[in-house]
Amino acid sequence: MMERWRPLLIAGIAFVLTSSAIYFAILRKHVKTTARVRPPTEEQARRELTQLNSVNPGDAKEKVKLFWAAGANGSTLTPVTIDLPLAKDPVQRSRQILNTLLAGPVDTDLRTLPPEAALLAFYLLPDGTGIADFSESLATSIPSGIQSEQLAADSITRTLEANVPQVKQLKILIHGQEVETLAGHLDLAGFLAVSRETPVPVPSPASGKGSTSPSSPGAKPAAPESLTPDKAPVKLATPDR
Amino acid sequence: MLLSVKNAAWTGGILCAGLLTAALFSPAKSASLGSLRNALRVVPHSPSTRASGQDTPQASSPIPATQSPSSQAPASNPFVVVLDPAHGGADPGARGTGGIRESDIVLDFAVQTKRVLEAYGFQVIQTRQGNDNPTFDDRSSIANAQRRALFITIHIASTGLPGTVRVYVNSDLPPITDPAGLIPWDRAQAGFLAASHKLGDLVQGSLTQRFKGSPDFSQIASVRQLRTTAAPAIAVEISSVTVEERTSLDWMATGFAEAIAQGASAFRAQSPMPAAPGVSP
Repeated sequence: MMERWRPLLIAGIAFVLTSSAIYFAILRKHVKTTARVRPPTEEQARRELTQLNSVNPGDAKEKVKLFWAAGANGSTLTPVTIDLPLAKDPVQRSRQILNTLLAGPVDTDLRTLPPEAALLAFYLLPDGTGIADFSESLATSIPSGIQSEQLAADSITRTLEANVPQVKQLKILIHGQEVETLAGHLDLAGFLAVSRETPVPVPSPASGKGSTSPSSPGAKPAAPESLTPDKAPVKLATPDR
Repeated sequence: MLLSVKNAAWTGGILCAGLLTAALFSPAKSASLGSLRNALRVVPHSPSTRASGQDTPQASSPIPATQSPSSQAPASNPFVVVLDPAHGGADPGARGTGGIRESDIVLDFAVQTKRVLEAYGFQVIQTRQGNDNPTFDDRSSIANAQRRALFITIHIASTGLPGTVRVYVNSDLPPITDPAGLIPWDRAQAGFLAASHKLGDLVQGSLTQRFKGSPDFSQIASVRQLRTTAAPAIAVEISSVTVEERTSLDWMATGFAEAIAQGASAFRAQSPMPAAPGVSP
């Protein structure tokens, strides 16, 4: 009797084992796929929240000047004009413009700010002082150096100056905190001048005739607009990364 | 008895002054404490020169910013160049893909530059000798304690055309209007900007002769290190850590050192130095 059922028993066991092997192989693949899809980091989640309402398609489109890198090795800034729906409220407007600046151009060589950086908050005080709070990535991902850090700050201040006249000076915070420098060089202890109308005391230039200031916020260069004519509108990167 | 009471009073006074000085100049790391300290801090002045940048800054009475240069500096006082290899310690500065660290290279550049400057008759102090990282204020303190100092901070950039060098002067600062003539620590550079521009242009010109593609004149930037320095001060930035091999930067060291020394010499020849912090030449 037992002899008769043995082949059937062996066949049944073999079937169960084969089915289990196939099932576990498929399960393993699913687990790996799921593991690859990581939940968003805290910073990504924050950026999505802060950018959620940054651009309202109902706002009237305006021509916006964004200051991106230009010149050999991206050592200077050039204004680039784009059409963007902008709010009238200066705070909302500043947020929209800074988010667009952070989204940056498609051509990464023109970037002045790291793509990972996000604007967490923007405030405007009655005296025209803007306070821009950026994520840590602005400090940690920017190429370290005087030139690159100054260029980043200048692109922010000159873009604000060109598009939000209510902002006279700017304080940059990193994740809500005051910092001494951006990435070891650029002085962020004080305020960055935004408006050229803001009186900036100038010491006697008697011996400094040759010095150039292509992009310093503290000492505004004379009529840089005429030296760097607007480029034709260019393609923007998608703000929501 | 009267004598001992008098001595005790002197001793007490000196101790109090010492404690106050220590409190003001201790290297506190807290940001809020640092702000408070700097808000109260003024640029000290010491006639002594230092043999080593490792010394702690001397705290002495602040001096009025309007003293006459001729009344302060004896002709025998040598020019002191304070060389600052930036970063160090836990802060490597800019890093290249090939493992190049800014903090290592600038130290080597500083050592070579020191040697050449000394050959040109300058006394030279380095703000760091090894892989440590003094604070910005500690580095400025070394220059601020000198009577006739030039301050040169050396950096390697992450960007820019490799093989070029740029010189930066600090951007404009509000003028010093203290009625007592004291120089606030937080904008000690304010009274020296004109001299810094002159030094910057001379050094940049000398560098550009050697490193083609560098700018013709110094540029302006808000450099934290320069703001608290009460002396003609410049930041020199070499491009860049993006080179594949470190030797691509090392070959620049000799020309760099010569150019710095020639620029500083030209400045020394053209500019009567201020005898005290706060007096622009």
